Amino acid sequence: MARYILYRMAHGLVVLVGVSVVVFLLMHLSGDPAAVLLPLDTPPEDVAIFRREMGLDRPLPVQYAHFLSRAVRGNFGYSYHYRTDALFIVLQRLPATLKLAGAALLFSLFFSLPAGFVAATLKDTWWDLLIRSFVLVGQAVPGFWLALVLIMLLAVRWQWFPVSGSQGWQSLVLPAITAGSFSMATVTYILRSSLLEVMAKEYILTAHSKGVGPWAVLTRHALKNAAIPVMAVIGVQIGWLLGGSVVAEVIFAYPGMGRLAVNSIGYRDLPVLQAFVAVMAVLVVLLNLGLDVLYAWLDPRIRLYG
Amino acid sequence: MVDGLTDDRLRRIPRHPAGWTGVGMVMLVVMMAVFAPWLSPHDPQRQDLTLRLKPPAWIEGGSGAHLLGTDGLGRDVLSRVIHGSRISLLVSFSAAGLSGVIGVSLGLVAGYFGGAVDGLLSRLGDVQQAIPVLVLAIAAVAMLGPGLLNLLLVLSVTTWINYFRVVRGQVLAVREELYVWAARSLGCSSLRILFRHILPNVSASIIVVGTLLIANMIIFEASLSFLGLGGAVDIPTWGRIVSDGREYISTAWWISFFPGLAISFTVMGINLLGDWLREIGDPRTSVQRFVVGR
Repeated sequence: MARYILYRMAHGLVVLVGVSVVVFLLMHLSGDPAAVLLPLDTPPEDVAIFRREMGLDRPLPVQYAHFLSRAVRGNFGYSYHYRTDALFIVLQRLPATLKLAGAALLFSLFFSLPAGFVAATLKDTWWDLLIRSFVLVGQAVPGFWLALVLIMLLAVRWQWFPVSGSQGWQSLVLPAITAGSFSMATVTYILRSSLLEVMAKEYILTAHSKGVGPWAVLTRHALKNAAIPVMAVIGVQIGWLLGGSVVAEVIFAYPGMGRLAVNSIGYRDLPVLQAFVAVMAVLVVLLNLGLDVLYAWLDPRIRLYG
Repeated sequence: MVDGLTDDRLRRIPRHPAGWTGVGMVMLVVMMAVFAPWLSPHDPQRQDLTLRLKPPAWIEGGSGAHLLGTDGLGRDVLSRVIHGSRISLLVSFSAAGLSGVIGVSLGLVAGYFGGAVDGLLSRLGDVQQAIPVLVLAIAAVAMLGPGLLNLLLVLSVTTWINYFRVVRGQVLAVREELYVWAARSLGCSSLRILFRHILPNVSASIIVVGTLLIANMIIFEASLSFLGLGGAVDIPTWGRIVSDGREYISTAWWISFFPGLAISFTVMGINLLGDWLREIGDPRTSVQRFVVGR
């Protein structure tokens, strides 16, 4: 088990080095960073000075080494707009984003786990049909539009929840639904199909025939095995939850990292954008590492041969 | 030559109501995009401030001239939604195609040659997956500047991994088949084996991944347009129309409502179609659909 975790950690580290290359290259994406970062009417002498100061006149690998050595120390440079440390501003908004993404995940699991379970156990009944229709709709509705519909109905017409801001749990409800709806549909679908697949296995038949009650078969034999594909999907969903939270943050004026990043686009605040991408990637890698450990605990095969 | 299409499964094709519904929905939207200039009752860009914020025809104050009402500048919402389908479909189909070209070629190479090339490409894929598509797309579009071509490039480069994983896995399974060995012993070049013998056998999966990816692309494109990172301002896209209606959401809900409905309708149709295609290809895999992550 320890070897497996060490291996996964090393793998995560390799991925993060790759991420650092991507974040570094973001700056050079437009061809000439100086042209993007400086105002259009900057005199050529000033452009030259800027290049020298930023180290843009040096070869790319040298620039990258310089970037990496600063990035590992948490230095992504100063935000042009906020005039302070870029990583600091992003990290300041990290707890808010984590709270939102966590609430979205909770919301998604709170509905999807029972729904997937019911749909699988009552396969081909009206319940199943109803739940599958919800899955179909949930996967097709874009988050930003769902958010507007929710605002229209729940915030404007019935005034159950605030339209924006971050005061109290009520202000978290609509953004969490917005960011979590796709995951909710997806996890429901996966749990349903994975439970159905497991229930057709021979060991389930064996359990039935040796007299184990239907409920015990379901909970003790089927659920744990059906959980593995569900976890794999949740792992993929983490990225989507974080991406979806960007949209939710913008619409609900929620003070998280995503809204900060979208606002930084207008200022061409590259250090903030770079820090944002880096923090998101570190989050995804860490959360997936956690899931890997959980997998290994659920499935001994992964522990031994993974 | 489609992988695993037996007679039995071909016979099941006509009886699949959900699949056919999907086909119908997609056809409808494609027709709408193709015939947009003839279908839309008004010029989608024509502003008429005397007709601002007219509600849909069936609500008091609405008129038959503007079936789905008008927006804050007096533009006809129906015409804008019809024209918006063009950019949505154009961007999503071409982005899914371009992403496919990248992902499939890299997947073929990685799966066939294995070794260091495979290791490197697979790690590249891991890196890609560590950065949420929307997050990377926002940062990249911010640096490149908005524009249709940039949008297309960013979306393809951030999603190739979906094809790569599936194709690589399938090639690994196929490359030790007898017919590949036969081709090799006859002296076929690797390139010929890859494209003439292996590619046709993994094409069914590619079509399924591509179809489901188009649905995601529509949502990505709309999300980026909504955030103001889409194409040019003067072209109506679904995401942008929803965004235009945002400030009127409490008074003129129809501006944002109908383009969003169009997005959901299209994505639902494509998903139904994609599920069906996957079922034809391999009825056992139900989990694979979510290999295509957003």
